[in-house]
Amino acid sequence: MPEATTDGGDGVQIDLISGQRMEGKTSMEKVRMILDGVHEGNIVILEEGLTPDEESKLIEVTMTEINPEEFNGIEIETYPRPSSDSPSFFGRLMGKDGPDTKLTVIGPADRIETLHKDETLISALVSRD
Amino acid sequence: MGLLTGLRDSLSRVTDRLFSEQEPKRIGIYGPPNAGKTTLANRIARDWTGDAVGAESHIPHETRRARRKEDVEIERDGKTVSIDIVDTPGVTTKVDYEEFTDEMDKDDAVRRSREATEGVAEAMHWLREDVDGVIYVLDSAEDPITQVNTMLIGIIESRDLPVLIFANKIDLEESSVKRIEDAFPQHETVPLSAKEGENMDEVYEQIAEYFG
Repeated sequence: MPEATTDGGDGVQIDLISGQRMEGKTSMEKVRMILDGVHEGNIVILEEGLTPDEESKLIEVTMTEINPEEFNGIEIETYPRPSSDSPSFFGRLMGKDGPDTKLTVIGPADRIETLHKDETLISALVSRD
Repeated sequence: MGLLTGLRDSLSRVTDRLFSEQEPKRIGIYGPPNAGKTTLANRIARDWTGDAVGAESHIPHETRRARRKEDVEIERDGKTVSIDIVDTPGVTTKVDYEEFTDEMDKDDAVRRSREATEGVAEAMHWLREDVDGVIYVLDSAEDPITQVNTMLIGIIESRDLPVLIFANKIDLEESSVKRIEDAFPQHETVPLSAKEGENMDEVYEQIAEYFG
């Protein structure tokens, strides 16, 4: 996908997906886009996150796709509370902002490990395989 | 015409009363794996019906199917509240069968992980479609600020479901109820030990008040 960066197959691909790219997609299309990326071993970063209903569907669909020895599920992180009215760093980076933006990081459970998380910082360790 | 309309209205009122007001509310017991959900469900069911709901275990994902205990009548202050308790599998975003291989052989661990994933999907479906209120159970000896807890509380709030947070396992030395109160200040937090039966009076008072 256009947002993707890759170093030729030996590293970790990170997909930064803008809110604009998610606009107009149905819940299942969003879930599918995320899980297709995760199944390929990518780290998916959503500029605007998901609604609670979409998060619920993401958990449900993830569970149906877990396969022992192949796919253990996902690690997902968002800030614990909605951001304040001030523009977020990521919002400024992506050229837009808003009080509802909730940066979300999603990756394969066996490749991403959250090291620290609070209202303003998510620190994660990503392994190659 | 007037007679028919009146008859229809009367029937509608009776039906509404039968199937909404008097129908026990389904209260889902949710939370992460190993928070003590089944222990709590069993404690409530045993206290008011004499029966248990399901097996308890220290191994995560012992509960792999949502189980409903119907018509649990809780008496408080001369008032009777009738609820259905729905004990649900612990919600997670990942299940690795290797978590279980210390306790069982590989085939059983793989089977357990498959059933666990089906159970979590089922629990999410119940939350979206079939519960009227939620008791969210947390292990008070663990950090409550996890992604699963944040997401689930958000999902529950978005559905406008009444929710009580139960800070379980207060019998443990590392327990911190305040950590849970600070994490979710927007909701009532009730401390308890489902295993030891501590503070169950307040538990039943809050259930009667919130879900009655």
